[in-house]
Amino acid sequence: MNWLLVMAGAMAGAPLRYLADRALQTRHDGVFPWGTFTVNVVGCLILGTLAGAATHGAASDSLQLLVGTGFCGALTTYSTFSYETVRLAEKGARFLAAANVVAGVVAGLGAAFLGAAVADAVWG
Amino acid sequence: MPKAPRKPRAASHDSPELVEPAEAVDSSEVIDSSEPIAPSEPIDPDIDLSVPAQRRELVDGQAPVLAAVAVGGALGAAARYGASLLWPTAAGAFPLTTLLVNVTGCAVIGVFMVLITDVWAAHRLVRPFFGTGVLGGFTTFSTYAVDVQHLIGSAEAGTGLAHLAATVIAALAAVWCSASLTRRLISRRQK
Repeated sequence: MNWLLVMAGAMAGAPLRYLADRALQTRHDGVFPWGTFTVNVVGCLILGTLAGAATHGAASDSLQLLVGTGFCGALTTYSTFSYETVRLAEKGARFLAAANVVAGVVAGLGAAFLGAAVADAVWG
Repeated sequence: MPKAPRKPRAASHDSPELVEPAEAVDSSEVIDSSEPIAPSEPIDPDIDLSVPAQRRELVDGQAPVLAAVAVGGALGAAARYGASLLWPTAAGAFPLTTLLVNVTGCAVIGVFMVLITDVWAAHRLVRPFFGTGVLGGFTTFSTYAVDVQHLIGSAEAGTGLAHLAATVIAALAAVWCSASLTRRLISRRQK
């Protein structure tokens, strides 16, 4: 059952990453990977909130597997994030590569903290 | 953005008259033997709309692509969940399993993207299934960030910041090394 929850969440999260990435690319002309940046930050916000809710007993184990491990895990990606960064650097866009790493990590971590704070405010 | 005129991408989707004369530029004499072949992979491995074949991906049929991403994502996430059960991380400890999962996924995507772009005229669903789905589902940014946030929040800031930095460095090194090595091996074989 646990495996099914993880896989069901991922079956929603991974295609949503693909669609969001695609939708954002049609709106931005530059090479900065806004799609991956956005899904990663949104996933961090959701998981931060969920993990915070769990520490206050407001999120069941099943919900954590479905939404946390499955959905957020598949919505966000480290492989694409790293690959894009290396490709930007290889193509000579070193500033964008560095900006992608710094912005991705700072915004992702900030979103996790924000989610935790929201969970504390709601369930704390 | 100048594109290296290498072998035509996803030849099955291109009509014959659009195919670039690959032989003219693809022979090893033109390429400096000390350099690996010019990288022509896209920047975004999930979906890169600057690649014509990928722009048409959904026109050719949205359902198969999304299904491939979904099934791949489910398999990748299940593998990550399995790893977390096999090697659980204690509260307050360094999240080594998440780090290894992410770094492994990064090493694999480096090899995969070079192979699928420069060597292998793969079926159009292979990249969505494996690159976007399996590897994207296997690796995770959210668990990484929330693990770091938890460690910092629970007075384990040193461990949290170590995880933060170690993952970034190891993941980038893994992609760069695996992609460069793969390109080097391919260019040697083509000589």
